[in-house]
Amino acid sequence: MAYGPHTPADRQRMLAALGMQSVDELFADIPEGLRSSPLKLDPPEPEQLLMNRLAGLAGRNRVELASFLGAGAYRHFSPPMVDQILLRGEWYTAYTPYQPEVSQGTLQSIYEYESLIAELIGLDVVSASHYDGAAATAEAALMTCRAAARRRVLVSQAVHPHYREVLRTYFAGAGLDIEEIPLVADGPAGGTTDLAELERRLAEADEPVAGVLLAQPNFYGLLEPMAEAATLTHAAGALFVAVVEPVSLAVLAPPGAYGADIAAGEGQALGIPPQYGGPYLGILACTDSLVRQIPGRLVGMTSDVDGKRAYVMTLQAREQHIRREKAASNICTNQTLLALAASVWLAALGPHGLRDVAAMGAARAAELEAALASMGVARAHAGAYLNEFAIRVPNARAVHRALLGRGVLAGLVLADAVPDQPAFADALLVCATEVTTGNDIATFARELGAVLGGETAGGAFEPAATPAAANA
Amino acid sequence: MVPSDLRYTKDHEWVRVEGKTATIGVTDFAANQLGDVVFVDLPVVGRAVDQFATFGVVESVKAVSDLYAPVSGQVVDVNGDLASKPELVNSDPFGEGWMIKVELGDAAQLGELLDAAAYEKLTAEA
Amino acid sequence: MSASGPRLQPSLFELSKPGRGSDKVPHPPRDALDRLPAEHRRRQPAALPEVNEPEAVRHYVNLSQMNHAVDTGFYPLGSCTMKWNPKVNEWAARQPGFAQLHPMAPDEIAQGTLQLLWELEQMLIEISGMRAVTLQPAAGAHGELTGILMVRAYHAARGDTGRTEVLVPDSAHGTNPATATMAGLRTVSIKAAPNGRTDLEAFRAALGPSTAAVMITNPSTMGLFESEVGELLDAVHAVGALAYMDGANLNAILGRFKPGEAGFDVMHINTHKTFSTPHGGGGPGAGPVAVGEKLEPFLPAPRVLREDDGAFRLERVGERPTSIGRMRSFVGSTGVLVRAYAYLRTHGASGLAEITDDAVLAANYLKKRLGDTGAYDIPFPGVCKHEFIASATSIKRKTGVKTLDIAKRLLDHGFHAPTVYFPLTVDEAMLIEPTETESIETLDAFAEALAAIAREAEADPEIVKTAPHTAPVRRLDEAGAARNPNLRWRAAVGDWTPCPD
Repeated sequence: MAYGPHTPADRQRMLAALGMQSVDELFADIPEGLRSSPLKLDPPEPEQLLMNRLAGLAGRNRVELASFLGAGAYRHFSPPMVDQILLRGEWYTAYTPYQPEVSQGTLQSIYEYESLIAELIGLDVVSASHYDGAAATAEAALMTCRAAARRRVLVSQAVHPHYREVLRTYFAGAGLDIEEIPLVADGPAGGTTDLAELERRLAEADEPVAGVLLAQPNFYGLLEPMAEAATLTHAAGALFVAVVEPVSLAVLAPPGAYGADIAAGEGQALGIPPQYGGPYLGILACTDSLVRQIPGRLVGMTSDVDGKRAYVMTLQAREQHIRREKAASNICTNQTLLALAASVWLAALGPHGLRDVAAMGAARAAELEAALASMGVARAHAGAYLNEFAIRVPNARAVHRALLGRGVLAGLVLADAVPDQPAFADALLVCATEVTTGNDIATFARELGAVLGGETAGGAFEPAATPAAANA
Repeated sequence: MVPSDLRYTKDHEWVRVEGKTATIGVTDFAANQLGDVVFVDLPVVGRAVDQFATFGVVESVKAVSDLYAPVSGQVVDVNGDLASKPELVNSDPFGEGWMIKVELGDAAQLGELLDAAAYEKLTAEA
Repeated sequence: MSASGPRLQPSLFELSKPGRGSDKVPHPPRDALDRLPAEHRRRQPAALPEVNEPEAVRHYVNLSQMNHAVDTGFYPLGSCTMKWNPKVNEWAARQPGFAQLHPMAPDEIAQGTLQLLWELEQMLIEISGMRAVTLQPAAGAHGELTGILMVRAYHAARGDTGRTEVLVPDSAHGTNPATATMAGLRTVSIKAAPNGRTDLEAFRAALGPSTAAVMITNPSTMGLFESEVGELLDAVHAVGALAYMDGANLNAILGRFKPGEAGFDVMHINTHKTFSTPHGGGGPGAGPVAVGEKLEPFLPAPRVLREDDGAFRLERVGERPTSIGRMRSFVGSTGVLVRAYAYLRTHGASGLAEITDDAVLAANYLKKRLGDTGAYDIPFPGVCKHEFIASATSIKRKTGVKTLDIAKRLLDHGFHAPTVYFPLTVDEAMLIEPTETESIETLDAFAEALAAIAREAEADPEIVKTAPHTAPVRRLDEAGAARNPNLRWRAAVGDWTPCPD
């Protein structure tokens, strides 16, 4: 067997100690009628062949294209020191630090993660992690209902569509109300949250609002009036939740600066590879006054009996293993290794490196905007953006497909992502980061010009080999 | 022996009545079961509490327990010291570890509680 | 670590010095941010630590060396299945074709991953005996919530709005009742029978028209196979309720018992338990959920579909209106699932059956060795599955030494402690799960260490009560940590415990 150490002699010795002849005797307690049919799976695969199989599968994915796709998952440069640290078995094969005396590595690293994120976000309490940005956002929304003892939460339509879907799923479970605030249709504030509408809904007396959620930047890359939204929210006695992108916080005003009570977001951008969706890093932070409401593990500093500085999971009585049906959340396993990955990445880059990453993305995005404009393709909105924006493209889906065949992953087809928003029927969401090259941008612009100019020759998309061939 | 002048609930709360005021806390048995108390969540002055309904929560490192009111009434005082020194619940559960004082609504409710002897019997069997 | 042993490390913030730092990325143009309106700009830069590569790497390497890990030693943690984390899995997940693929990439350029996910689903369907699988949930508890939300949707679709209760045994993992609450349902806890198994009559008495579901762990959290599970499932279905199986203990039944075949309607699987994906110090894991026919329409969206021509695609937004919707962003914790896929392919049918046989054999052998010491109580001495309960009740009565103390003294022997004080229903409990990847020499050494500690408890209880003695830190002030929480480093002046260096 691949990883099992037992020789036939070992098994004999164990059976003999039990006075048994066969291991089947240990399964006699399964009633005959419930014993399963044998497993119908392929035979075991030796490691060498397994690696060939996996390489073949990985090879069927196309990851070499010039990519302008963001939409909640962003490619960033990761210094090799990060992954080399993550490959240490003491990090990735360690268990949850329930025995703190032999887990000080993990515990201190989580405390440092909490501290780093607290500094970036400007709020003092940071949970040790949640599954992803969507789950963290849902937990944040549930927190507002608990803290305010109210049942209704407002979320901007400019929050990521996946996050809004998860909010609906979680709120249906909890029997609470989630309502979406529409966006301003056009003009200078087009594509951002309609504050007048927000104010109107906050004033509806019969169902007071527990929390208001806006994203910064929002799904369309635009900068939202967070301070104004926070003021309106607090005036109605509700809590303000900022859904944020952590790299942007190197250069954008953080939630603590504009009065957010809670912040949630996706930490994948902190050097974690896209990996087709996860594992990612749900960030959740709050003010001190909400510390007993925040779900998830918390690590604190303390000392041991000899007075040495030490770290320990604390306020555990809030969690499911103690509070059970009264726990705020059922979360047990979280995303600790990803919190470590983010911390090491931040340590590797430092504050200046992080700022340079954010600023370089902004610079590349501006270049991208200019290059696309030179092909007659304009932004869909007028407002300020950091490094992501929507562009108007006729027959966006077909253009996107044609560009794919020409080696360009031209962002996201918004008609597929937000089909309920007719304003984006012909639009693409594109982004640039510090890994986007001038060459990538030139290629995008050139190929886009060709496709829009009616060129049909060349570049029809060739899908990878069919499954049968890949199994050879 | 627990103080003989107090009354007790099956959930290990005690009540001391002086005139119309009832002082409420948890017993040493409860404090021992909980371990080191780290936080006590108490209602604000003015809130109404109902007999045998929860009025707050006491949290230790390894447990959280709901607090059940031995009598009904309106909260007239809350022990502010517990915010900074929750350990008083462990060190002096019947004295400085008191939690709330309520204005007693119905003295007859005391009859539904255990006296010291009955409470001793309960904890001996636990 | 210095050659003389792991040493405590200052915090990253204490290593910081202005001007320290590595040139990892090129500098952007000076005016890169000028176009951003002033009100959106950060006024104060984030005070993140400035450390160079050598300092940072030493920091993290030294910290790592204070951790116990599967790569360093035994973790007999019941309910956690701390088996070996194969190295080829780390290679697999890091293949650029997998790691660099964007989650919103068009299906045409994601065929490799989509095929892997689809094949993984088929394997899990076979192992579970169910009909369909979702790979979305990011953890077991996340899978539980997914499953119970589907149960709710099922009853709602039938117009049955009175199903408000979930029945769980009192030995259930805390996530079960917490899940019920998140799904808006009330938990009813059913006391176990004296033999440690679920009390069938007690369940029958509690089952009724208000029951949405029962949540059963099989084998139970006591490590015992629920022999009456067939009758229980019949009783559950007879009242129109559904049966959820918590799959945490799947390592005990691979190839021996298929929950879907037996009649369970839904179950979750912990890939970080049964299928070797690493624990990472607390996560990530993944919690795929397998369902039978009744719940298939309600699976989270998007599902991974295979077309007639063999191509794979994701369901489109709105394609299956009966779905409960999304449980997370994107498709799943794919990096974790790649590891689970590699593990399943490595083992195949015969390998998985061997895993279960060896895991159960090892647990029964260890239980015998512990029982033979005469010091530890074995509340359920009959055949166990992959884990068993021992108790320090007698030791505590004779010497005052408790399970907690024994756990801490085990650390001095180089073993991680077993799961302690769970399940809540057994006094001074230790839940011990050796798994199939620990050698008989390790098992014997562990039994001997426990025997030695039991002798110490009689001869020198203080040394046990004040353990550990050789770990980087000794027992911690947990009360202080909870009374005055210090949850982040503050650059400002404060009451600091002095920096170790």
